[in-house]
Amino acid sequence: MLVNLISGDTPRSAVLTVLLLIVLVCLAGAPFLFPGVRSLETAATICIFILLVASYDLLLGYTGIVSFAHTMFFGLGAYGVALASIHIGRGWGALIVGSLSGAVAAAALALIIGLFSLRVRAIFFAMITLAVASAVAVLVSQLFNITGGEDGLTYLIPRELTPAFRMGELFGVRVNGRVLNYYLIFVACLALFLLLLRIVNSPFGRVLQAIRENDFRAEAIGYRVVWYRTAATCLSAAIAALAGALYAIWLRYVGPDTTLSFEIMLDILLMVVIGGMGTMYGAVLGAVIFVLAQNYLQNLMGVAAEATEALPILPLFLDPNRWLLWLGLLFILSVYFFPTGIVGRLRSGR
Amino acid sequence: MSQTLLETDGLTVRFGGHVAVDAVSCAFRAGELTAIVGPNGAGKTTYFNLISGQIAASAGRVRLMGEDVTRLSVAERCRRGLGRAFQLTNLFPDLSVLENVRLVIQARHRKGFNLLSMASGHAEITTAAMAVLERVRLSDRRDHKVSELSHGNQRKLEVAMLIALDPMVYMFDEPTAGMSVDEAPVVLDLIAELKHDSDRTILLVEHKMDVIRTLADRIIVLHNGALAADGAPAEVMASDVVQEAYMGKALEDV
Ligand SMILES: Nc1ncnc2c1ncn2[C@@H]1O[C@H](COP(=O)(O)OP(=O)(O)OP(=O)(O)O)[C@@H](O)[C@H]1O
Ligand SMILES: [Mg+2]
Repeated sequence: MLVNLISGDTPRSAVLTVLLLIVLVCLAGAPFLFPGVRSLETAATICIFILLVASYDLLLGYTGIVSFAHTMFFGLGAYGVALASIHIGRGWGALIVGSLSGAVAAAALALIIGLFSLRVRAIFFAMITLAVASAVAVLVSQLFNITGGEDGLTYLIPRELTPAFRMGELFGVRVNGRVLNYYLIFVACLALFLLLLRIVNSPFGRVLQAIRENDFRAEAIGYRVVWYRTAATCLSAAIAALAGALYAIWLRYVGPDTTLSFEIMLDILLMVVIGGMGTMYGAVLGAVIFVLAQNYLQNLMGVAAEATEALPILPLFLDPNRWLLWLGLLFILSVYFFPTGIVGRLRSGR
Repeated sequence: MSQTLLETDGLTVRFGGHVAVDAVSCAFRAGELTAIVGPNGAGKTTYFNLISGQIAASAGRVRLMGEDVTRLSVAERCRRGLGRAFQLTNLFPDLSVLENVRLVIQARHRKGFNLLSMASGHAEITTAAMAVLERVRLSDRRDHKVSELSHGNQRKLEVAMLIALDPMVYMFDEPTAGMSVDEAPVVLDLIAELKHDSDRTILLVEHKMDVIRTLADRIIVLHNGALAADGAPAEVMASDVVQEAYMGKALEDV
C-alpha cells in the first residue's frame, strides 16, 4: 500500500529514508512544531519549491531536456490565480479557475514550443525556451494595466485562508486561516509530488529515461521520441504552473520577481543539481537545503559574526551581507563532492 | 514463391560526391535468410541505415510489405515490422539489462503512453523480457547495469533487443563481431532458430564465411556501394565477382 503510494520507488538508502521521513514529519507538523509566521512562511516555500524542482527534474533529470522556461510556467499559474481572483472576484471558484487555466495555458505554450523546437536539436530547445521566457517577462512588465507591471498584483483570497479567520487553539497554537492555507498547500504539493513519482515510474517514465540514455535507439525500437519529449515538456509545464498557483494562493501577491525572475530559474537548477538529477527525492533534499540556507544562512552568519567579533578578518567574511558568497561556496563544494547529488551519493555510498 | 516482405528499388545515397550506396535494387522474401557481404566500407551498414530510416535516401524507394516507407521515420518503420540490431552496440547504458529488454517489449505492446500505472506492475512485459534474456543466456545478469556488462554480453543484449521486438524483417549487422568463440554460437544458434519462422525474413551482414555457409539461403554482395552479385551461396561464393569483391581489399592494396 505504502510502496504503491510511492510507486515502488523506495529511497534505497537508510540515511535517505530517515532524511525523507524527517522532512515529511517536519512539513506535516510545521504549524505546530515550529510556530511563528516566519517559519510557516519557510515551510510553505519549501513545499512549493519541492514540487517546482521535481517538475523540472522530470525534464532535466529524467528526459535529458534543458529548459530555461520553467519559471515562465510557474508564473503562468501564479498570474492565473491572481487575475482570476481579481476579475472573477474573491472566492474558491476563482482559485480553481485560475489554477486550471494557468496549467492549461502552460501546457499549451509548452506544446507549441515543443512541437516547434524539439524536432531539432536539444540545444535549440534550450535557446528557444530562453527567448520565449525573456519575451514573456518583458511582456508582463509592459502590460502593466493587466499584470501590474513590475509592481505585480495583490488580490483577495477566500477568508478561510487568511489570518483573519480564527478557529481557536490546538496544542497551544492559535489555529487560523493561515494554517488552513498551509495545509492546502502541503496536501496539494504532496499529492502532486506523488503523481510525479508515479509518472516517472510508469511505462511512460521508463521511455523518458530511455530517451535520455539513447534517443537514437529509443526511436529505433519504435518510440516516437518527439512526441514523448513534447509530452514530458507539457506535463512538466502544467505541474510548474500548479506550483505557481499554490504560491500565489500562499503569498496573496504576484510579481515578476517572485515568480518569473531568472534568478529563480537559477535557484531551481541549483536545487536539482544539489539534490541529484534524475531522482524525485533529489528535489526534496535540494529544495529543503536551498530554501533553508536562503532563509537562515543570513541569521546564522549574523550570530557567527557577533561571536567572532573580537577576532581579526573573520567577522568580515561572516558579515550577513556575504551570505550569497557562502551559498555559492556551498554549491561548488556540493557539486565537487557529490557530482551525482546528495541522493546519488547516499544511494551509492557506504 | 513466398511473399516479398522488403524491397529496395534503386536505393542510393550520396555523401558529398561519394556514392556510399549506389542504386541497389533487391527484394527479400519471407522465410529467407540473406547474407550481405562485401569488404569494409562497401556500404553494408549504410544500406541498413537507408532501409531502417536512420539516413534519408538521395534516390530510390524502400517498400515494406508492399507499402512505400521511404519517407517514414525510423520509429514508424519499426512499428510496421522492421527491426534492426546495430554493428556498434547501441543500448541504454545506465539502465538495467532487464529494463533494456522491457523497453522493447513495452514498445511492441504500445504501452509507452501509459502514465499512471507502475512499470513494474506490468508482469506480462517482465515475463516476456525474461524469456528473451533466457534465450541469450543473460537472465542471471538481469539487474546489472548495461554499462557494467562485458563486451560480449553487450553484443548478446544487442541481439536480445532485436529478438524482443519480434519484427517481420530482422536486420543483423555483424552480430558476433568481437564475441569470444564460446559466446558466438549462442547468437548464431538463435539466428538459426529464427529461420524456422517462415513468415519472417532475415538480413545478416557477416564477414565470417563459415557462418554464412551454414546459415544463408542467399548471398548478396555489395562492392563500392553497388550490388555486385546476388544468388545461392555456393554459386555466389564461387563466382569471380566475390573472389574479387570480397578479397577486394587485398587487391586494392596492391
Ligand atoms: N554519415 C556518413 N557521412 C559520410 N560518409 C559516410 C557516412 N556513413 C557512411 N559513410 C561512408 O560510406 C561508406 C560505406 O560505409 P559503411 O559503414 O556502410 O560500410 P560497411 O560496409 O558497413 O563497412 P564495415 O564492414 O567496415 O562495417 C564508407 O566509405 C563510409 O566512410
Ligand atoms: Mg558496417
